[in-house]
Amino acid sequence: MKTRGAKSLCCRMLSMLVLPVLLLAFYPTGASPRQKSTNEELLVVPGEVGRPSGRLVVSLRGEPKTLNPLIAADARSREVIGVMQADLVHINRATQLTEPALAKSWKISPDGLEYTLVLRKGLRFSDGQPLDADDVVFTFRVYLDESVHAPQRDLLIVGGKPIVVRKVDAQTVVFQLAKTYGVGERLFDGLAILPRHLLEKPYQEGKLGQIGTLATAATQWAGMGPFRLKEYVAGQRLVLERNPYYWKTDAKGNRLPYVDELVFLFVANADAQVLKFQSGETDVISQVSAENFSVLSRQQKGYAMTDAGPGLEYNFLFFNLNDAGEKASPEMQRRQKWFREVKFRQAVSAALDRQAIVRLVYQGRGAAIWGLVAPGNRRWGDEKLAHPARSLERARALLREAGFSWGTGADGESVLQDSDGKPVEFSILTSSTNADRAKMAALIQDDLKQIGMRVQVVPLEFRSLLDRVTQTKEYDACVMGIASFDADPNSDINVWLSSGGTHLWNPSQAHPATAWEGEIDRLIEEQMSARTFEQRKKLYDRAQEILAENQPMIFLASPDILAGAKNSVGNFHPAVLEPYVLWNVEQLYLKSSPENAAR
Amino acid sequence: MRIQRNVARWLVVLSALHAIVACAGFFAPYDPAEQDRKSPYLPPMRVHVVDGKGHYHARPFVYALRLREGAFDQYEEDTTQSYPLRFFASGARYRLLGVLPSRLHLFGAEGSRIYLLGTDAYGRDQLSRLVFGGQVSLLAGLLGAGITLSLGSCIGAAAGYYGGWRDDVLMRVAELFLALPWLYLLFAVRAFLPLAVRPLAAFFLIVAVIGAVGWARPARLVRAVVLSAKERDFVRAARGFGATDVYLLRRHILPETGSVLLTQAAILVPQYVLAEMTLSFLGLGVPEPAPSWGNLLSSLQQYSVLVSYWWMYLPALAMVPFFLGYLGLASSLQERGPAYKIGRRGLGSLT
Repeated sequence: MKTRGAKSLCCRMLSMLVLPVLLLAFYPTGASPRQKSTNEELLVVPGEVGRPSGRLVVSLRGEPKTLNPLIAADARSREVIGVMQADLVHINRATQLTEPALAKSWKISPDGLEYTLVLRKGLRFSDGQPLDADDVVFTFRVYLDESVHAPQRDLLIVGGKPIVVRKVDAQTVVFQLAKTYGVGERLFDGLAILPRHLLEKPYQEGKLGQIGTLATAATQWAGMGPFRLKEYVAGQRLVLERNPYYWKTDAKGNRLPYVDELVFLFVANADAQVLKFQSGETDVISQVSAENFSVLSRQQKGYAMTDAGPGLEYNFLFFNLNDAGEKASPEMQRRQKWFREVKFRQAVSAALDRQAIVRLVYQGRGAAIWGLVAPGNRRWGDEKLAHPARSLERARALLREAGFSWGTGADGESVLQDSDGKPVEFSILTSSTNADRAKMAALIQDDLKQIGMRVQVVPLEFRSLLDRVTQTKEYDACVMGIASFDADPNSDINVWLSSGGTHLWNPSQAHPATAWEGEIDRLIEEQMSARTFEQRKKLYDRAQEILAENQPMIFLASPDILAGAKNSVGNFHPAVLEPYVLWNVEQLYLKSSPENAAR
Repeated sequence: MRIQRNVARWLVVLSALHAIVACAGFFAPYDPAEQDRKSPYLPPMRVHVVDGKGHYHARPFVYALRLREGAFDQYEEDTTQSYPLRFFASGARYRLLGVLPSRLHLFGAEGSRIYLLGTDAYGRDQLSRLVFGGQVSLLAGLLGAGITLSLGSCIGAAAGYYGGWRDDVLMRVAELFLALPWLYLLFAVRAFLPLAVRPLAAFFLIVAVIGAVGWARPARLVRAVVLSAKERDFVRAARGFGATDVYLLRRHILPETGSVLLTQAAILVPQYVLAEMTLSFLGLGVPEPAPSWGNLLSSLQQYSVLVSYWWMYLPALAMVPFFLGYLGLASSLQERGPAYKIGRRGLGSLT
C-alpha cells in the first residue's frame, strides 16, 4: 500500500515536471497544450472549428448528489458525470448511431458472443495517469460486483449471466456474452471507464459508495471526460475545468474541449432558470417548457431558441391493473373490474383528444402518440400502428359492448353506469410539481366527462405518487411520463417486461398476469437476442401492436426538446437524446463577441 | 346618524356584490368548467358600438377573435363579421341559487362566444369563473366566520362569566391557538385528508378547518365584554331576583357583545376569504375544475403566465370591492359601536 502511494505521488510530481516541458516543446508562443502529441491516437471530430478559451455557464436543477458513476441515480448527477467521464463506444446524440470513443474500433465475432475492443493509444485520465486495458477490466469488475450495487450491473447481465471481461494486451479487451445480444455495441454507451489508480484501494476496503462526493478534492478525482473537477461551492455552483488530456481534436488538430471552464449553477426552479438565462447569467438553457419557450422566443435579445423536435419522452395514462386480491375494498374491486375490461380502456383511449393536449399543454410543440416509441426515435417506431382520431361515438359503442349504459344525473347530465347500475367514477393521480401533466389530467377529465365518466384529478407530490403506484398500489389511474435515455428499445425493457419494476400498471409480476403480457415478454426477450436490426424490428413492432390493442398504457403526447443559447455560443446543436445540449460540450465554444458573429 | 347612514351604505354595496355572486349562473354567460379548446388564453374581447367603417350601432357588438396562422396564443379581431350582444339570452343550464333550474343569462353574443375577461389555459371563460368562484370563496368566508364567531362567543362567554380556573384553562388554550402557525396547520390538516375529495366535500372541510382554527381572538374579546358586563348593576339586580346563569347570559350579557361580534364578523369574512384563496392558490383547496378565487389566481405562479397574459390578473382586481366593502363596514360599525374599542387587525395576519 505504502509503496503504491509513494509511486503515484512520484508520478504526479513527474507529470508536473513534464507538463511545462511539453508545453514549451509544442507551443513556443506560449499557448495552452491544445495540439496533439504524435504518439496519441486522438479522435478527430468533424464540425465547425471553434475558438479556444472562455467559460461556459449552464444551470442545473439543483445540486448533484455525487460525482461517482457507481452510485449516481439522479438526473443531475448523471448530467455532471456525463461531462466528466467517457465510455468505450458512444452513441452520437444527433445521429442516434454508435461511434468509436475510448475504443478506436470493435469487432463482433460471427456467433455474436464475443466483442473485441481495441483502445486508443496514449489515453490519459484527467489527472495525467495513463489508461489501459487493466482499467477497463477493473471497471467492469466493479460494475458487476454485487456488493457494489452499481446501477450499471443490470445492463451487463445478458442471458442471465454476467458478461466476462478479459484483457488480451494493454490495448485490447474481449467481452464474452452468454447469449447473443441484439443491442450490440450500444451496450457500452454511458458506461464510464473508471480510474483504477484512484478506486482500487477504496474498492478493496469496500468504501466505493462513500467516495466521489462533491466535496472531493480536485486531485482525488479523475475521469476521461472533457472536463475535470475544479471547485465546488455548496448550494451555489460546481466549477469544472478543461481536461488537458482529453482524447478528441477538431478538424484542425486543436485539442478539445474549447472552453476553459464549465460552470454549473444550481437553480432548482425552472422559472428561475429562465430568468437567469434571460439576464445573461447562463449561456445555454435546456429542457425549457413550451410556455417558457414562447416567452423567451418573443423577446430574443442576444440569444436564439431552438426547437429540436419531438424527444423520447412519452406521457401516458394508465389504470391500476394490479391484483389487489381480498384486501381491496369492494369499491376498489368494482373499479378494477372496469379497468380490467379491454374495451373500457379502448373506449377511454378513443375519447381522449390528443391533439388538444399537444396544442394546449405543449402549445403545439409536441406530437400526439399512440405507442410507446416516441416520434423522436427515428428507427424503432412501428409505421403500421394505427393513429385513430378522437371518436366519442366509437368510445360509446365500445362501452355499450362491454355492458355499460347511461343514466341521467342530478343536473340532467348523462352518467355512465356499469352493468350493476353503479356510476363510473374514479380518480387520476398526477405529480403536483409537473404543470404539464396536471394540465393533461384536466383535459382528460373533461374528455371523459363527455362520455359520462366522473373523474377527479388528484395532484400528489411525486415521491408519494410513485409510492402509491409501485408500492401500496392504492390508486385508480395515473398520468405519468417516461423519458427513454436511448433510442434502442432495450432502454425501456423494464416497462415492457411483466417482471419489470416500471411495468407501471402491474409492476414486478412473478408470472405474466395476462396472455398478452406473456406474449410481449416473449417478443421482447426474443428481440434481445435477435442478431439483425430487421429481425428485432419485426418482433418489436409486434410488441407495439399488442400494446396498442390492449391499452394498458394510453399514450398521450410527446413534447419537443426545446433549448436556447446565446448567439455567442458556437456549435450549439441540441439533440433529442439526453443530455440535450451538453452532448457535444467539448465542441461548444464562445465566439469572440456577438458583433463578430453577426458579421 | 351619519354613522348609521355609512353602515347602511356599505351594507347596500355588499349586498349588491353578494347578489351578483349568489346568482352567478345568471350573470355568468357560460358554464365555468366548459373548455373552448380552440381559444386558450384569449384576451378580453372589446365591446364596440362603432364598426370598422365608422357606422354607429345602437346594439353593442363584438368581433370574433381568430388565431393568427401558426400561433398558439396570438389573436386578431376578424372585423368582417360582427356579433351583436344579446341581453337575457338563453345558454348553458344552471341552477339559480342552487335550486331553480334555468337557462337564462344576463347576456350572450349571437352566433359567437363572448369573453369579456378573456379565457384561461383551457379556453374557459374567466368572467364565468370569476363569478362562480366567488360563490366558493365568499361562502367559505361567511361560513368560516360564522363557525369562528359561534365558537368564540361560547368559549369567551363561558370563560368570562364563570371565571376562576375555567377562565384560566380556556384562556391558556386560546393563547395556544393564537400562537399556532395557521397556514402550516391548514397544510397539515389538508394533507391528512383522503386523496380524492369531491369538490363539495373539500369545500366543507376547508370551511370547517378555517373556522375551527380562528376562535381564540373573538373569544378573548367576548370574554372582556362579559367580564365588564356581568358587574353591571342591572345584571346584579337580575341575579338578585334569582335569574339563572343561562337566562342572565342570554338576556343581559350576550346582547352586550353584539356590536363587538358584528365588527369582528366584518373583519373575519375577508380574512377567511383570503385564507381559502391561499389554500386554493397552493392547490390545497377546492379541486379543479371547480373555480374559486384562489384557483383562478394559481396559474399566476408560472412565470410565462405572469409575463404573457395580463388578463389573468383581473380576478385579483375584482376582489378589491369586496374587501373594501367589508373593511368599510367594519370601520363604520366600530365608529358606531359603544365603549368597546377593538384594535384594528390587519388583513394580512393570516397569510
